Amino acid sequence: MESLVGFDTLALHAGASPDSATGARAVPLYLSTSFVFESSDHAAALFNLEQAGHVYSRISNPTNAVLEQRIAALEGGIGAIATASGQAALHLAISTLMGAGGHIVASTALYGGSHNLLDYTLRRFGIETSFVAPHDHAAWQAAVRPNTRLFFGETLGNPGLDVLDIAVVSAIAHDAGVPLLVDSTMTTPWLMKPFELGADLIVHSATKFLSGHGTVVGGLLVDAGSFDWERSGRFGELTEAYPGFHGMVFSEENTVGAFLLRARREGLRDFGACMSPHTAWLILQGIETLPLRMARHVSNARAIVDFLATHPMVERVGHPSRPDHRSYELAQRLLPRGAGSVFSFDLRGTREQGKAFVENLQIFSHLANVGDCRSLVIHPASTTHFRMDDAALYAAGIGPGSIRLSIGLEDPEDLVQDLKRALKAAQRAGASGASGALSGTSS
Amino acid sequence: MIITVQGEPLYVYTGGRIFDAAKPTMLFIHGVLNDHSVWGLQSRYFAHHGWNVLVPDLPGHNRSGGAPPDSVEAAARSVIALLDTMQIDRIVLIGHSFGSLIALEAASWMPDRVDRLALLGIAYPMRVSEALLEASVKAPEEAIRLVTRFSYSGLTAPPSALGPGTWLPGLGRALMRRVLASNPDHNPFYAGFLACDRYDGGAKAIGRVDCPILFVLGDEDQMTPAKGAKALIDQVHSAQVLRLPVGHQLMSEAPDRVLEGLRSFVK
Repeated sequence: MESLVGFDTLALHAGASPDSATGARAVPLYLSTSFVFESSDHAAALFNLEQAGHVYSRISNPTNAVLEQRIAALEGGIGAIATASGQAALHLAISTLMGAGGHIVASTALYGGSHNLLDYTLRRFGIETSFVAPHDHAAWQAAVRPNTRLFFGETLGNPGLDVLDIAVVSAIAHDAGVPLLVDSTMTTPWLMKPFELGADLIVHSATKFLSGHGTVVGGLLVDAGSFDWERSGRFGELTEAYPGFHGMVFSEENTVGAFLLRARREGLRDFGACMSPHTAWLILQGIETLPLRMARHVSNARAIVDFLATHPMVERVGHPSRPDHRSYELAQRLLPRGAGSVFSFDLRGTREQGKAFVENLQIFSHLANVGDCRSLVIHPASTTHFRMDDAALYAAGIGPGSIRLSIGLEDPEDLVQDLKRALKAAQRAGASGASGALSGTSS
Repeated sequence: MIITVQGEPLYVYTGGRIFDAAKPTMLFIHGVLNDHSVWGLQSRYFAHHGWNVLVPDLPGHNRSGGAPPDSVEAAARSVIALLDTMQIDRIVLIGHSFGSLIALEAASWMPDRVDRLALLGIAYPMRVSEALLEASVKAPEEAIRLVTRFSYSGLTAPPSALGPGTWLPGLGRALMRRVLASNPDHNPFYAGFLACDRYDGGAKAIGRVDCPILFVLGDEDQMTPAKGAKALIDQVHSAQVLRLPVGHQLMSEAPDRVLEGLRSFVK
């Protein structure tokens, strides 16, 4: 059935059919913490995984289950887990695969929050991370240690938009006996299918393009079912009896689903970073129009990139569709539909001019998010990546004075006019004699 | 557990419980390019409700060594060898698809040892198209795509093998890829399809079985359409037939209803 229908149909129908109890056509919102057992035997069977079903909404919920099936279908995975945020999804993936003493090899081109989790917070819990440039394949290989448990990168590295060569990096990971986890937030399955390229696990911040409306925070963790945990020999968490769940050996219970079994029965159960069913329902509303929105996001982004690239106030546009971007060739090959709609550019001029630019935008909103249906603007060095020093910022592909745009769904002509107006204001601010070079300022 | 059967290591899932000779025993047999895990939501239940369950990976599949059986008869011999090795006298046999033919053939060779026979997703004859046979050798990924396409009835499923949030077509495809990759020396895909296609002993076999037989058939089954079981059903004096509104992968598409059907059958 799956290959009988295309992506757009899956975006609307995967995981959902008319409600058998009421006939409701839209996905019902099950705002219930818990679900009645048919009998004591049924209750015991659910708790012991003899039967499948819903017990308590921290572990699973019917509305969340639709979302989980839908993203798994769109990504080509075996299943998924909805979490409280993208960060919760990343934490769930890591904590399922390792504890203290574990080691991760990660790309330097990461969302600041992910970098923070890996470089500071997880170190406090005994999990170390080595950071390597996403395109330095020798460095990925060299960073592997006997205790390495995971490779991690972003499909489009935030915020410099380094395209991860998933086929190459996953091959290095697999040679080392570890899986590759990618954050596919910026691309969504409409722009790239990481599992088809060799990734084993995907996390999404569903807060962004998947929901698309800037109304909810949520995350998704998807498993391809491709990684052979037993053959690797590094993952006793999945291949040995787990006293915390009836002595279950997850890799025996399900040959390809051990990771998701443990992630739900341990990480979701014990850490508790579950998604609200209401959030799941709102994200489903977004996914239903994902193909239409993504097409508009990337076409609008193309128009804005083209406009900025020829404007005299713009020093550089950092989008992989530009031949001077270091991921240009990879983007041509791996992202034929477009290299996303979030990118940075460097303004020519002073710090005051940069401030004037941001403050004179009327349609673009100045805030800390991306992937909204509305166009957004932010200065990463002073906000999302403020913990990084200049060297780390450059390693992540951005300058201290870069401005990040997230292109929304407005009329492209209006966005261009808004940018024109703000650039003109920036130009005027320069003429008034403000001082201090914008590119080179660290805040 | 791994035990040696016919000189080769055979993996047998026991539902999370240790085998107890004092309990009755069920043996579940999977289909082409599958393994024990397709029975997870039925076998684990019985293992915790008074039964021994034996759910092997067929020879040459996933954790089991040796060559994959290239005939239903060869597979039936391995099943009986497993019972002999474990000194099990009486058994409830349950098979799905290729596994249902194996269960039928094995039951016909030892009618005095089989108390119940449940045949899920069965058709006889179980012809496999030349195109699919060829693809299983020359383009296995395409063959997996086709089997996935014809194995499921819809785009939604109840909580299943991994619990809620399971995407069944993806799960089935990943399992087939894994089983195929598990045996670089032989092709269990082609061997299984060939065994199904060539099996011509079904009519005789069912005539030799004298225990109660349950047929569990999917109304939306495109791999082994329900009407394909009619010839066998007509030969059975009082066959029990359970029709479910799902496709070929009954155990994952309707896990609770299959379980309930089996529970009623073995009561």
